[in-house]
Amino acid sequence: MGVLNRREVVAKLLTDRGEDLLVVPGLGQSCYDCCAAGDDPRTFYLWGAMGGAVPLAIGLAVAQPEKRVLVITGDGELLMGLGSLTAAAAEGLPNLAICVLDNERYGETGQQKTVTGRGADLTAIAAGAGFPTAKLVTDESGVAEGVRICREEPGPVFVNFKVSDAQDASALPPKDGAYLKNRFREAVLGKI
Amino acid sequence: MSEWRDDIFDCLQEAGVRQVAYVPDAGHARLIDRCHAANNMRAVSLTTEEDGIAMMAGAWLGGQKSVLLMQSSGVGNTINMLSLMKNCQFPLVTLVTMRGEWGEWNTWQVPMGQTTQGHLELAGVVCYRCSKPEEVKDTVATALRFAYYTNSAVAVLLSQRLIGAKIFAED
Repeated sequence: MGVLNRREVVAKLLTDRGEDLLVVPGLGQSCYDCCAAGDDPRTFYLWGAMGGAVPLAIGLAVAQPEKRVLVITGDGELLMGLGSLTAAAAEGLPNLAICVLDNERYGETGQQKTVTGRGADLTAIAAGAGFPTAKLVTDESGVAEGVRICREEPGPVFVNFKVSDAQDASALPPKDGAYLKNRFREAVLGKI
Repeated sequence: MSEWRDDIFDCLQEAGVRQVAYVPDAGHARLIDRCHAANNMRAVSLTTEEDGIAMMAGAWLGGQKSVLLMQSSGVGNTINMLSLMKNCQFPLVTLVTMRGEWGEWNTWQVPMGQTTQGHLELAGVVCYRCSKPEEVKDTVATALRFAYYTNSAVAVLLSQRLIGAKIFAED
């Protein structure tokens, strides 16, 4: 299990995000982390649709090539949609970044172990799926470079932050789906 | 080659569809080729159909219309992801080539093919069906309008009678 604090990592990922960063958090703790860093209409929280964060980001990145699209998700959510990594890599989207907060646990369901604590290596899987950049960050010394890759390096990029299994549900984002969709489109497109 | 497949392509162009996601399927093969060849469309090959549902949501968040092409066997893969469309009132158009019905030879296609429409309707998807070539253009165009005017999820079921059954061997 990792040692990084997920809230601190996400706060750094979203520092000075501006209008050109579109964020797709996967369900569970990743949503709470993104909300704690500052709610924003350009964050499309997923309260369900497990496994959908990466494929949703593919559609968004194709539609908005001038904006950076950043997936922030957990290992459990990503493991449900691993095949989407192959499509994300194959499309070669230069504005797509995927970061996983890998705590080796299914946090929402009782902290059961995921396979990432039992031998599965998401960084290697991303590289194997075809990501030209797939970076593992295990301690504080690597965080700044991991954040830089997520925010700036031409995509598609993949960064795996090994975080601790500490949980914090103190920041819950809005969960009305139509509201989240409409405010996102209004902020990005100027219309609903 | 069947004209109705070209009719579908024309409908997508006229409606301004910019993203086409698909899980490969013989019934859609010609349409898939045409979408890849179109310089104003992005055709994306996916490994499972639920990824296509999520991708359609992302496309609309980014302001682009999209269509998902799949086979009836893939509908079963999409059920939980369809809750994304219902919760958020996303428009969705999916064109489903049917198996397991008219003239089917492969037993394994039957359970999903015979329950495709029921599954979709329970998941909140409006179903239109085409059995004749002359119905296709109007039906697909109407599905696109309905989905994008009303933020609804619509499936066009292209019947096996329309497509022609795949024959593996003589009896």
